[in-house]
Amino acid sequence: MLTTILVASVLLGGAYALMAMGLTLQYGVARIMNLASGETLMGAAFGSFCLFTALQIGPLLSLVLIVPLAFAINWAIYRWLLSPLVRRAKNQGMLEVDSILATFGLLFVIEGAMLAGFGGNYYSYSFLAQPVTLLGHSFGLNRVVAFGVAALVALGLYFGLNRTRYGTAIRAVAVDPVAAGLVAIDVPRAAAFAFALGSALTACGGSLLSMFLTFNASMGVVFTMKALIIVIMGGVGDPRGAVIAAFLLALVETLVAALVDPGLTLAATYLLFVLTLLFRPQGLMGRRA
Amino acid sequence: MIFPMQRREVIAVAASMAALALLAGLPLADDGFWLALAITIASYVAMATAWALFSGPTNYVSLATAAFFGSGAYVVSALAETAPWPVVLVAAAVVGALLALATGLATLRLSGMYFVIFSFGLAELIRQLVTYYQTQFTGSVGRYIFVTISAAEIYWQLLGLCAIGLFAGWAINRSRLGFALRVIGDDETVAAHSGIDTARAKVLLFSISGALIALVGAVMAPRFTYIEPQIAYNPMVSFQVVIMALLGGAKRLWGPLVGVIPFVLLYEWIAGRFPNHTHLLLGLVFLLVVYFVPQGVSGWLEKAWRKLQGKSA
Amino acid sequence: MSDTAILSISGLSKAFGGLLAVNQISFDVHQGEIVGLLGPNGSGKTTLLNMVSGALPPTQGRVRLRGRELTGLPPHQIARAGVSRSFQLVRVLPSLTALENVMVGAVFGPDAVWGAEAEAIARALLERVGLSGRERQRPEAMTYIDQKRIELARALAADPQVLLLDEWLAGLNPTELQTGIALIESLHAEGRSILMVEHVMDAIRSLCDRCVVMNAGAKLAEGTPEQVLSNHDVIAAYLGDENA
Ligand SMILES: Nc1ncnc2c1ncn2[C@@H]1O[C@H](COP(=O)(O)OP(=O)(O)OP(=O)(O)O)[C@@H](O)[C@H]1O
Ligand SMILES: [Mg+2]
Repeated sequence: MLTTILVASVLLGGAYALMAMGLTLQYGVARIMNLASGETLMGAAFGSFCLFTALQIGPLLSLVLIVPLAFAINWAIYRWLLSPLVRRAKNQGMLEVDSILATFGLLFVIEGAMLAGFGGNYYSYSFLAQPVTLLGHSFGLNRVVAFGVAALVALGLYFGLNRTRYGTAIRAVAVDPVAAGLVAIDVPRAAAFAFALGSALTACGGSLLSMFLTFNASMGVVFTMKALIIVIMGGVGDPRGAVIAAFLLALVETLVAALVDPGLTLAATYLLFVLTLLFRPQGLMGRRA
Repeated sequence: MIFPMQRREVIAVAASMAALALLAGLPLADDGFWLALAITIASYVAMATAWALFSGPTNYVSLATAAFFGSGAYVVSALAETAPWPVVLVAAAVVGALLALATGLATLRLSGMYFVIFSFGLAELIRQLVTYYQTQFTGSVGRYIFVTISAAEIYWQLLGLCAIGLFAGWAINRSRLGFALRVIGDDETVAAHSGIDTARAKVLLFSISGALIALVGAVMAPRFTYIEPQIAYNPMVSFQVVIMALLGGAKRLWGPLVGVIPFVLLYEWIAGRFPNHTHLLLGLVFLLVVYFVPQGVSGWLEKAWRKLQGKSA
Repeated sequence: MSDTAILSISGLSKAFGGLLAVNQISFDVHQGEIVGLLGPNGSGKTTLLNMVSGALPPTQGRVRLRGRELTGLPPHQIARAGVSRSFQLVRVLPSLTALENVMVGAVFGPDAVWGAEAEAIARALLERVGLSGRERQRPEAMTYIDQKRIELARALAADPQVLLLDEWLAGLNPTELQTGIALIESLHAEGRSILMVEHVMDAIRSLCDRCVVMNAGAKLAEGTPEQVLSNHDVIAAYLGDENA
C-alpha cells in the first residue's frame, strides 16, 4: 500500500514539477504571477486530446507540436499583453497587481474559449493504458512514460539554465534585472523568453497529464493553485525547490486521496500551504532573512 | 471621528438618503423584470462596495468573493428552517467574518502575493469541503431553500446592505483605520515603521468586507430556491465583482456604484445574445478594463472634472 | 552601560545565511547626544539600524530603550515605543499629500494624536523643514531633497525619543547640505537623541558628539569624531591597508 502510494506520487509529481518550474520561471524572471497557468495546462491537454482522437497523433508526438506552439503564443502574449504593463508600472507592487488582474482576465478568456469548444464535459483518451509492474505493484504505462518525459525535460531545463550562456543570462535577470541590464543583457527579451519558456513547460506538463487524467475545461484553477503552492513551498524563483515541493505535494495528495477521500485533495493542498505560510513563508529551500 | 463634517459631505449624505428613499419605492412601480434587474444590481453594488472597502485602499486583490457569497447562502440553507431570519443573517455575517479572519491570519502578515494566491483558490476549496461534508454526512449534495420572503423584501434588504457598505466606507475613510489603510496601500514598510499594526488593520477590514459579502449571499439565497455547491460557489461571482469594482474605480467610495450598473446591463446583454460565449466575452471585457480604464470610470470622471475646473478658474 | 543611556545596543549580531552582516556590536546613545555610525559600504550600518527599528529580527543580542526591551518586537511596536527612522532610499507615500505624509508620524506614533491636533503638528514640522506652503502637494512632484525633508518631518512628528537617520544627508548639493546640517543641528540644540549613519565628513565633524565605526560587521572604533577619524584602523578600513 505504502509503496503504491509512494510510486504513484512520484509519477504524478513529474508533471506537477514541470508546471511549477514554468510558473517559478515566469514569476522569478519575468516578474509575472501567471494566474492563467492552469488554463495553459488544460489547453495543452485538450490539444493532445484532439490530435489523438482526430488525427491519431499520440501525445508524445504531439508534444513536438504543442510545446513550440505554446512557446510562440506566450511569447506573443508577453510582448503584446504583458510588457505594456511592465512599462506602465511605477513599481514592483503596481506590476504585481496589474499582472494578477491581466492574467486573471486571460484565465477567463482561455477558459471561455475551451468552454465554447468543449462545453463542461469531462474528457479522456486511452493511450499506453497497459499495466507495467514497478516494485511489485502495477501502474499504468502512460504514467510511467509521462514521468520519464517530465524527468528528461526537467534535466534539459536544468542544464540549459546552468550550463549555457543564455541560461546564465536568464538567471542573472532573476537575481537583479537592473544589474543584468548593465552588463548588456537584453532584459525585456530575457523576460519574454522566460515567460514563453515557462508556459511551454506548463503545456508540456498538460500534454503529459492528459495521457492518464480525466479533465474538463474548468479545471485550470485547481492546477494553478497547486502550482502556486508548490512554487511558494519550494521558495519563489528556485527551480530545485519547486521540484522537491512538487513531489511533496503529489505525495500528500495521493495519500489523502487513497486514505481519506479523493474529494479532499485541494484541502490537502491548502493544508500544506497554510503550514508553509505559518512556519516557512520563505519556502523549504529559502533562507530566513 | 474627530474631523468636523464638511459641507460637501453633508450634501452627499442628504443626497444619498434621498436617492435611497426613491430607490426603495421601485417595487411599488414594478415587480417583474425591473425588480429582478434591480435586485441583481443591488446585490452587486453591495458586494463591489464591500470588495473595494478592503481591496481599494490596500491594493490587495481579493479573488475570494464567491467564497463569502456562497458561505452566506449556505448558512441560509442550513439554518433558515429552524431559526428566525434576523438570526440567520447574523449567523451569515459571523461566518463571513470568521472566514475572512482565518484567511487574514494565515496570509495578511505576509506580502500581498500570498493573500492573492490564498484567495484565488478559496472558493474552490470551500466548494469541495461543502461537497465532501454533504456527501459524507447528509447524503445529498443539493438543498432546497424554503424561506417565505418576497422579491421586494429581498430588494429592500439588499438596499440596506448597500447603505451599510457605503456608510461603513465613509466612516472608515474618516477614521484612523482608513488613514492607516491608505498608508499601507502606499508602503507597508513605512506604515509599520510609523506605528501601524498593519496585519491587524488589514485583518479587521477584510473581516468587515467578508461579513458584508456573506450577508449579500444570505439575502440572495432564497432567490435560488435550490442550492448546491456549484451554484453557490460560482467563480463567476468573484470575477464579476472584481471587474465591476475596477470598472468603477476601487479607490473611491462611489466608484463601484458607477461600475456595477453598466456592467450588469452588458452582462445581461451578452448572456442573452451569446449564451455559449459569455465566459470568453467577459474575459475580454475584463482585459479591456484592466488595460484601458486602470483608474476606473470614477478616476476618469474626477480627472475630467478637475480639468474642467482648472479651465474655468 | 551607564544610567543615562537612552538607547543601548548590546552584542547585536545579524547573519544572512553564512554572511555575518553585523557582528557583536555594543554601544549606547545617551540623552541629547548625536552618535554617528560610520563605516565603508556594506559594513552593516543599515542592517544595524534595521534591527533597532524592528525591520529585521536580530540573530543575537539586545536592544533596549530606556531599559525597556525592544529586541524582537515588530516595527510598529518599536515605533510606538518612541523610535523613528528615515530610510537610506527615501520612502515617501505617493498618494498622500505632503501634510498627510507628515501626519502619519503623529497619528500612529507614541502620542497617537488625531484630527486638528495632528494637522497642527504636521504643519509646524513642514515649516520647520522648509516646506511651508506646500502642504497640499504630493511628494511625487517634489525634488529628492524635499522628499527627504518630508521623511524627516514624518519621523519627527512622532516626537521620538530616538531618531535613526540612514544617510539622510547623502545626495544633497553643497547648499542643500548646509541647510541639512543646520536642520540637524537645531534638533541637537533642542535635545533630541539621534543615531545617524553618515558618510559626509563635514557633517560628522560638525554634528556628532561621538562616533562608532563599523567594518565588515564588527565595531572597529568608538570615540569623538577627531579620535575615530585619526584612528589608524579606521583609515585603513576606508582607504585600504597600504595607505595607512
Ligand atoms: N536582507 C538581506 N539579505 C541578505 N544580505 C543582506 C541583506 N541586507 C544586507 N545584506 C548584506 O549585509 C551586508 C551589510 O549591508 P548593509 O546594507 O547593512 O551595509 P551598509 O553599511 O548600510 O552599506 P552602505 O554604506 O552601502 O549603505 C552587505 O554585504 C549586504 O549585501
Ligand atoms: Mg546602508
